[in-house]
Amino acid sequence: MNALEVEIQRKVFQSPAGDEFIAAENLRFSVPKGQFACIVGPSGSGKTTLLHIVSGLDTKFAGSVTVAGLPAAEAQIGYMFQSPRLMPWLNVIDNVRLVATDAAKAAGKPEQLLERMGLGAFLDSFPNRLSGGMQRRVALARAFVNDPPLLLLDEPFISLDEPVAQRLRSLLLDLWQQHGATIVFVTHDLREAVYLGDRILFMSPSPGRVVLDYPVGLGRPRTYDEASVEEVRHRLLREHPAILAGLEAQPSNDGSADPARAQLRSA
Amino acid sequence: MTAEVGARGRLRPLATGIANVPGWGVRTISLVALVLLWQIGADAAHSVFFPTPAAVAQAAWKLAWNDKHSVNEVVRAALGVQIDFATSRLGDLPFHIIVTFIRATIAFVIAMLAGSVLGVVLGRYPTVNRLLDSWVLLGLNMPALVIAILCYIYLGLNTWALIVAVAINKIPLVAVTMREGASAIEPDLMQVGRAFRLPRLVMLRRVFLPQLYPYLMASARTGLALVWKIVLVFELLGFSNGVGFVLQLNWQLGNVDRLLAYAIGFIIVIMAIEALITRPLERRATRWRL
Repeated sequence: MNALEVEIQRKVFQSPAGDEFIAAENLRFSVPKGQFACIVGPSGSGKTTLLHIVSGLDTKFAGSVTVAGLPAAEAQIGYMFQSPRLMPWLNVIDNVRLVATDAAKAAGKPEQLLERMGLGAFLDSFPNRLSGGMQRRVALARAFVNDPPLLLLDEPFISLDEPVAQRLRSLLLDLWQQHGATIVFVTHDLREAVYLGDRILFMSPSPGRVVLDYPVGLGRPRTYDEASVEEVRHRLLREHPAILAGLEAQPSNDGSADPARAQLRSA
Repeated sequence: MTAEVGARGRLRPLATGIANVPGWGVRTISLVALVLLWQIGADAAHSVFFPTPAAVAQAAWKLAWNDKHSVNEVVRAALGVQIDFATSRLGDLPFHIIVTFIRATIAFVIAMLAGSVLGVVLGRYPTVNRLLDSWVLLGLNMPALVIAILCYIYLGLNTWALIVAVAINKIPLVAVTMREGASAIEPDLMQVGRAFRLPRLVMLRRVFLPQLYPYLMASARTGLALVWKIVLVFELLGFSNGVGFVLQLNWQLGNVDRLLAYAIGFIIVIMAIEALITRPLERRATRWRL
């Protein structure tokens, strides 16, 4: 049984004025258990919409989505959003405990995961005291705490300094391998996708559908700037210029020009 | 220029001296100073309409222990319910303050509950808000006395009419603040709750309500201040008990010492509630912002 089966015939958004916008059409794919699948597509290709549907946050679509054999809205999942989205009034440990099942709490999973993230000394801290990188680590721990059959990550390392993002990526890979999780990871950074994924699904501009299903085919462990990652990226750009047009022009993760991000460096 | 420097130079030792005294110390010193000023003023005026602190304290002491009332009377005055099993006696001062306190508390609780529910509904449902917006505006601008008089006409001159009048005055204020809070609810955070399949009750308690706490605290604070004041005013209108009534009575009798005794007794109760309930609650609710 696949961890995820997606069969979206059509997803339409309606503006208050009555205009229709087709966000996705004939969007079909499945992800086997334990796979790290990256979804790459230009802005507005419906990547976030897809994750909302898969997570059961959005149920207004034609088609079906099953997670580990269950309808999407009933399945237990882990979700990491573009921003950390921690509850500002809960300290670090309570943020993770908030979503943890009784079994996970009884087994001490929140503490273990946070310890593993290097946040052991910050359990009682409130999110506004943490750097951006630390907040993402809390969000990562929260996503993994229930050992869900499916983890959804929506450009989780965007707007972070490259070194911080890199540390978080390897942390994610460690957790993935240790927990044997199935991951759907949305990004528009091709190099990130090649580095992380077993497989990359490329989406078209709207209405979004899968236009290329590409097995990465690299062994693990990989390093972010190794030649083979770069090679796969170049091969993709060379072989599928039409699909990838516009992708590489997008801003990538090194937001070093932004002074506001300097504070995140310490993560 | 030189004069300014000189003046600052002289002020600085005093300023740093105060800065080194703990907060409660400064407050005590400044209160003592106030009583001293009062004493000096009263000595200079030498009039029955400007009693000394000692005279007021004496009046308060007598009023506190004259045992004129029973607990049964408190219940009848504040709640309009007749009981006869309580035998303890109460002086004038605690009697009137407790009666007013009970009325204010009930009105406050009713206003907070009704105002919060109304405000959250207005904030969450734009259609309802459009429909009722002008009602709320009307309520905000209706003079408090008009509401009180209408309540007395419709419900009779009794304690519940007063409580309802106070509550009605306060509801629009709470509703407006809570509406602001409800429309500031972060959909992003609600999404987190739904993505992780939080049960409804957990959603409400740990995700939704905490976003409203700052607004709840703000309306509770302004609400308490308002309720205290209007309860007294409404008690002036034909009641025979409560702090508002005794203030009026002693005004007419020219007993400024008793008047001040009631006023100060009442202020102490309010300040105790601020210090023991409102402020600790507020500190707890906003702890994470520090």
